[in-house]
Amino acid sequence: MDAVVVPMEHGLALAAVLFSIGLIGVMVRRNIILILMSVEVMLNACGLAFIVAGAKWGAADGQIMFMLILSIAAAEVVVGLGLLLQVHRRVGSIDIDETSRLRG
Amino acid sequence: MSVELFLFYLAATVSLVSTILALTRYNATHALIYLIISLLASAIIFYLVGAPFAAVLEVVIYAGAIMVLFVFVVMILNLGARGDDLEHQWLKPGMWLFPGLLCLILFLEMIYVLSGSSQNLAGTVVTPKEVGIKLYGPYVLAVEIASMLLLAGLIGAYHLGRRYLVDSRKES
Repeated sequence: MDAVVVPMEHGLALAAVLFSIGLIGVMVRRNIILILMSVEVMLNACGLAFIVAGAKWGAADGQIMFMLILSIAAAEVVVGLGLLLQVHRRVGSIDIDETSRLRG
Repeated sequence: MSVELFLFYLAATVSLVSTILALTRYNATHALIYLIISLLASAIIFYLVGAPFAAVLEVVIYAGAIMVLFVFVVMILNLGARGDDLEHQWLKPGMWLFPGLLCLILFLEMIYVLSGSSQNLAGTVVTPKEVGIKLYGPYVLAVEIASMLLLAGLIGAYHLGRRYLVDSRKES
């Protein structure tokens, strides 16, 4: 199958809008799980921008950058969810405002 | 506007709608379902613009592995009979209607694209072979760095997941 020639501006605009949604999610939501999911949305939007830009030039570099973003997302989500479990054990809640006082 | 370009805009719309729905849910389980649909829509977009390898990785690693991790944690946080009741209450049949509809759109799109009837637009497809050659050629240092990052993530998760972190703190 041949690839569809998508206007690069539209692909990048989609990535920008998805990133903005994720950013708003990080700032607005107070549930730690939802915040982590918003970060995932932002990382995915970055990957989308790389893929679209790489497809514009027919280069493999965009996909390689996407794979690196994928590994970053995996590492980030593992550490984030580990922190979430610790917060849940200590505070008994997954509301991020409960952890606003970080005492040693 | 050609049919193939319409497919891109359809997938983009599904992606936007499901992402917005995901991040506005009060319930983490519902949000996860919509987020998985959003990632599947991204995979369709990747395939359409000529990155089949990235599309497969998106489904296998993002929607498969990372989202399953989220599901595990959501399930860990509400164990027991109370959790079962809550889940029964959250995953009502009516709740599946809209996610099912979005999934159906993506599924039909995938069937149409894979049936091979779309061959009239000539863009370049970057095959997995080209990606692999470049990944282990000029980008081999990035692979090493990514492996170190994943090792750091593994150690961090092991450290943070220990139960006795809490106990040692109480003793001191």
